[in-house]
Amino acid sequence: MLCERCKQRPASVHYTEVVNNRTTHMHLCEVCAWEAQKAFGMGTPLNLHSFLVGLMSPVIGAQESGKDAGTDRGLSCTTCGLAEEAFVKQGLLGCADCYRHFGERLEPLLRRIHGSTRHTGKVPQRSRQKYRLVQEVERLKAELSAAVEREEFERAAELRDEIKKLEQGLT
Amino acid sequence: MAMGLKETVSNAYSPWMDDDAPETDVVISSRARLARSLAAFPFPQRLSPEKAEQVVHAVALAIREPAFSSRFDPELVRLAELAPVERWMLVEKHLISPGFVTAQHIGDQQKGLVLSADEQLSIMVNEEDHLRIQALFPGLQPAAAVRLADEADTILEKTLDFAFSERIGYVTACPTNVGTGLRVSVMLHLPALVLLERVKEILTTVTKLGLTVRGLFGEGTESAGHLFQLSNQVTLGPSEADIVSKLETITRQVIDQERTARNQLRTQMPAVVRDRISRAFGILRHAYVLGSDEVMRLLSDVRLGVGMGFLKGIRPRLLTELMVQTRATYLVKTSGRQLSPPERGVFRAALVRQAFKDIVIDD
Repeated sequence: MLCERCKQRPASVHYTEVVNNRTTHMHLCEVCAWEAQKAFGMGTPLNLHSFLVGLMSPVIGAQESGKDAGTDRGLSCTTCGLAEEAFVKQGLLGCADCYRHFGERLEPLLRRIHGSTRHTGKVPQRSRQKYRLVQEVERLKAELSAAVEREEFERAAELRDEIKKLEQGLT
Repeated sequence: MAMGLKETVSNAYSPWMDDDAPETDVVISSRARLARSLAAFPFPQRLSPEKAEQVVHAVALAIREPAFSSRFDPELVRLAELAPVERWMLVEKHLISPGFVTAQHIGDQQKGLVLSADEQLSIMVNEEDHLRIQALFPGLQPAAAVRLADEADTILEKTLDFAFSERIGYVTACPTNVGTGLRVSVMLHLPALVLLERVKEILTTVTKLGLTVRGLFGEGTESAGHLFQLSNQVTLGPSEADIVSKLETITRQVIDQERTARNQLRTQMPAVVRDRISRAFGILRHAYVLGSDEVMRLLSDVRLGVGMGFLKGIRPRLLTELMVQTRATYLVKTSGRQLSPPERGVFRAALVRQAFKDIVIDD
């Protein structure tokens, strides 16, 4: 997707603004986003700076210790070599494995874009069996935490063993 | 290049322009697009020319499988085989994206286009994702478009190993497309809502309901031809069926609003509207110089006249075709040379006069 404003650079900032019940969606590149921030920043009580940085660097932004260059600051995908910074700049991932490597750190971004982090649609034929297994494991995990909550520890132990068994089949 | 594609790049007409389809008084076309990645390759942005070539090759093999070839009668062409003006013809006919033509990250030799004989199905190879499977239908038929794209996808996945995550579904280069990889859109003509200055309010509501709105052929909502595209914002979470039914439901409400607005124009200001429509027709029928935005505006007015029953004997299909034919790309293609903007204006007017030559409107 190209930036709506300059129509030249790829859009890496997907920005939704709700003012008086009017929703505005903007898909901007980094440069235009900064300019937009300047334009909107004036007189707006909301701290747009941190808001936009959060959107722009979803992965890095997810780290609490963002300032003191933590140990996984320079995380790269081991399959294609894409660095976090490059993703933040371009808004595009490098390969299918990037989603695994960056894993849960992409989830806040997916939630912001889609309001969800779980696929419920079509599944390719060759992935169906594994898909069902993963679904089952997730269901059992939810049941497990419910059992723990209710202090039904016998049931919880059963569930834990069942999950273990299924997870072995997954790897 | 085979005959089919030669025809495609020289002829402005495409089946999505047909008008014997549902709700063509307001809806011009419906489109479904599936983004798919090949598991074994980096995404196109990071592909070496050799690997990019392998992607094209893999798709070439997959479309030759009898299940696919007998169903779609496909043809594969590389952008490098097409003259620049022919590439832009495909853009104007909505068969490929403008970004596909201009993208620098991949050579034109490794940009592939698969096109079915009836132009309803197209696959861009090595655009932002390895495959962009697109189905394009006339009128309001988003479900049919999704079905066709889905059918192609199901056949292709027998040969191609699409990257899929058990949690987030089909993975794509941009996180905005993951999950279903499905973007469904409809192109709407909303002149009465624009005239009554209600379009902004309605489209804002539509956005709140989770659809994206874009004005076509113009800046923002000031669309020259009063054309607007609605599409789903979200691809991850809801199923394909949910996505398409939501788009269709909301689109039907917008259609109702536009029809109501047209009725209001008819009862409250019949003379003003008729005058506007007839003037538009008069200019198109008789002008010797026409600008590109001007022609879009006038064609929109005439289409409104056809939709409201004021102008008889004009097929909406002709007007859609003229929208493509009056673009600079088509004018250059048919004249066979570069044209200066004033020359284009003359060519454009001649083409429209010719198209409207035998049309008579009765009062």
